[in-house]
Amino acid sequence: MAAPQTVPVETPDIDEAPAADRPWITVVHNDPVNLMSYVTWVFQKLFGYSRDKAEKLMLDVHHKGRAVVSSGMRERMEYDASRLHSYGLWATIEQP
Amino acid sequence: MLRKVVTEVIALLSDGFDRTDPVVDRLFPDAYPQDPGDAADFRRYTEGDLKSSKIDQAGAILAALPSTGGGEVRLDAEAAEAWLRALTDARLALGIRLEIEDQTDLEDELDDAVARDPTSQRVFQLSVYAYLGYLQESLVDAISR
Repeated sequence: MAAPQTVPVETPDIDEAPAADRPWITVVHNDPVNLMSYVTWVFQKLFGYSRDKAEKLMLDVHHKGRAVVSSGMRERMEYDASRLHSYGLWATIEQP
Repeated sequence: MLRKVVTEVIALLSDGFDRTDPVVDRLFPDAYPQDPGDAADFRRYTEGDLKSSKIDQAGAILAALPSTGGGEVRLDAEAAEAWLRALTDARLALGIRLEIEDQTDLEDELDDAVARDPTSQRVFQLSVYAYLGYLQESLVDAISR
């Protein structure tokens, strides 16, 4: 799994980083239909996450309503979101 | 039963494709809810592929089902994954039609529906929805080992 891109530590204010340099995130939202076991399996399958990590993300989605499942370049997030959509998960892309 | 539901999903994705249908909206979610322009771009690039992969995976279920109705279906890993994705689409579609929510208790829902009219469409659809969930759970379990 690729490490998420972050703004350099010495950058004084995150808002001053050029918009294009700031990482994007893929968010999965809770839905009442998808099974917990299925969502865990999808996270393992698509992102190569360990069972523990995939389960933690699934529980975040379930309890908090959403979880960030990947972060990085915008194009990569669009790829991730479209794969999640093909598995029936409700995914959106944001630049926080 | 499974054939009927899957055939309906295929119809929804091909001839009857309608963006304003809540089922279509759920199967093809807005990737950028805050930005209609970006959302439209994303859709333009991904929707065609997504639609054909959903139709293909639904077709994989139809192809594997014995035409006589009974019998045994055996799936290799690749087919099982196509089934999992297609079952998800079918359950999402049914879930929206049945207005399934987080707090919905399927057994209570079914009991209520049976009490009102045991021959209703809702009783049938709720049973199918519950069965597809059971089928999917078993498949995930089998494939995760």
